[in-house]
Amino acid sequence: MNLHEYQAKEILRRHGVPIPDGEIATTADAAEALAAKYAVPVMVKAQVHVGGRGKAGGVKYCATPAIAREKAAAILGMDIKGLTVEKVLVTIAEDIGSEAYVGIIVDRATKKPVFMVSAAGGIDIEEVAASTPEKIRYHPVDPRYGLRVFEAMELGFFLYDDVKQARAAARIMQQLYAAFIESGCSLAEINPLVVTPTGKVVAVDGKMVIDDNELERLPAIEALRDDSSEDPSEVDARKANLTFIKLDGNVGCVVNGAGLAMATMDLVKYYGGEPANFLDIGGSSNPEKVVNALRIITADKNVKAILFNIFGGITRTDDVANGIVTATKANPLTVPIVIRLTGTNEELAMKILTENGFSASSDMDEAVQKAVALATGGAK
Amino acid sequence: MSIFIDNSTTLLIQGITGRDGSFHARQMMEYGTRVVGGVTPGKGGQQFDGTVPIFNTVAQAVAATGANTSVIYVPPPFAADAMMEAAAAGVKLIVCITEGVPVLDMTRVYPYVKEMGARLLGPNCPGLITPGQSKVGIIPGRICKPGPVGVVSRSGTLTYEIVNLLTKAGIGQSTCVGIGGDPINGTNFIDALEAFEADPQTKVVAMMGEIGGTDEQEAAEFVRTRMTKPVVGFIAGQTAPPGRRMGHAGAIISGSAGTAAEKIEAFVAAGMGVAKRPMDFVELVKARL
Repeated sequence: MNLHEYQAKEILRRHGVPIPDGEIATTADAAEALAAKYAVPVMVKAQVHVGGRGKAGGVKYCATPAIAREKAAAILGMDIKGLTVEKVLVTIAEDIGSEAYVGIIVDRATKKPVFMVSAAGGIDIEEVAASTPEKIRYHPVDPRYGLRVFEAMELGFFLYDDVKQARAAARIMQQLYAAFIESGCSLAEINPLVVTPTGKVVAVDGKMVIDDNELERLPAIEALRDDSSEDPSEVDARKANLTFIKLDGNVGCVVNGAGLAMATMDLVKYYGGEPANFLDIGGSSNPEKVVNALRIITADKNVKAILFNIFGGITRTDDVANGIVTATKANPLTVPIVIRLTGTNEELAMKILTENGFSASSDMDEAVQKAVALATGGAK
Repeated sequence: MSIFIDNSTTLLIQGITGRDGSFHARQMMEYGTRVVGGVTPGKGGQQFDGTVPIFNTVAQAVAATGANTSVIYVPPPFAADAMMEAAAAGVKLIVCITEGVPVLDMTRVYPYVKEMGARLLGPNCPGLITPGQSKVGIIPGRICKPGPVGVVSRSGTLTYEIVNLLTKAGIGQSTCVGIGGDPINGTNFIDALEAFEADPQTKVVAMMGEIGGTDEQEAAEFVRTRMTKPVVGFIAGQTAPPGRRMGHAGAIISGSAGTAAEKIEAFVAAGMGVAKRPMDFVELVKARL
């Protein structure tokens, strides 16, 4: 789960990270009022879950409250990479002397949280990583000790020569690490970490991605979820305990297991079709999950054929068959459906489907070819 | 022969009285796995299905039964502790089926288990099976048959798909290992490949990877430099959009590292057979036997 910048900053502030004051506004009036309250130049920043907000015109410097009003009016309602901006962060604009990058991810290779820091921070950090990797220092942290002072200082001196600044950065990195652990992050970053002309070290932007597996035990973090920032069909799927990602093709796929789901999509493509989605109904499926899956998939008007690919292990294929029958009785399908079922209780599932006028096969390759042919109007 | 488990495997089931644990305990016993005990705190002294003794702790269970392997079916918030408890009790092979273990928990579990000298498989994995001898986890027994192919995979149902195709074509398996799709797991492709290379029964290895990370590329390098046995590979997620999570935390593409194209290229460079479709495994494996 992604947090908004303002949410990440609130968490970092609680851990002591120096961050310029800021508050959320949902109207131009409110943005103007905040700018007037701060009585210094502010930044108005779109709060949406995409990178490149600045380049899309969603981040503006505003010298006066009147300008803040004008910019907020322009940014609110703006579409950035398919997402509508509903909130802006109005925050005191810092004078920027230098920009550094400080981030932590959980690294698969070392199996540890790893700090990545660079004195060349800012909006082009990906470019820095790609073209001048020597400007980035990687430092794995032993989670049993956390980021120790001497390690933090080493990273601080990698960023700054000045001992005061190095020390301030080291403190911020320890605070960032504490926030990272306590909030169950898979990624946390400050970019840029700024040194102001007066020598203060402050965090001007913050980002946190929470490991979804942590949310059950962190209700306060779960409460920060913003449904309006996600595709409605994905929100719907999440509430139905399905893993769903919407794509642009026309073959709707319902599969059990992430690996098989990806392999099914690949096979659709192999035979000249385009998958409309990734959808994993998970392990212990019940008919209700199938009903929800069909509802979500049929809501996509691009879908021209539906493909079920179920390999029953824990999943009982008769549960899936019952789900298909129930769902299509309530809402008759307007597009053809191709069903492939094999594994646990396969005979029973086939019987249920045949009795209700469906045909099903047990061969994946055959089923995919058939679904692609139906979706492309039999042209293939 | 086989890898990791065989008919000398003596198994404990952590979470034996839970919904999933009890269901799969029966499946494993039916398959012939030597289930010697179960662990559920508070139910020590009872029996599971009248035959399997239940203990309060793994240490008690190990002391009483001498079990060398444990399989974990406890809910995600307790899984990290369950893995460490098994390692602390001296269990040598720990298989964690639980899906949804927080990755930060795994940053602490992994080094501990290693220090204790245990092998961990998973979490978020289907376990493993040595056809005809022992099954630990949830891989359906009836789709497997004993034979010369070692199978290692990051996925569950995709593994079943391919094992089923092989069995139907008359090609059996030495051991099928599901390493799991999480970003931090106890056993990786190289561990399994190394074991298959050393196993006299295994003649060919079938390997199923996914997008995300660099495990498959490193495995390909291992195949190229260290293996004499032929390996056939497959990568799921060729059509996955970059940067989107596809259910497995591992299936995230970061930068250029971990695309399907990159992994397939590594397979080709290592002289591996590359299956474009699941069904291609049959011919590719057959040609190498």
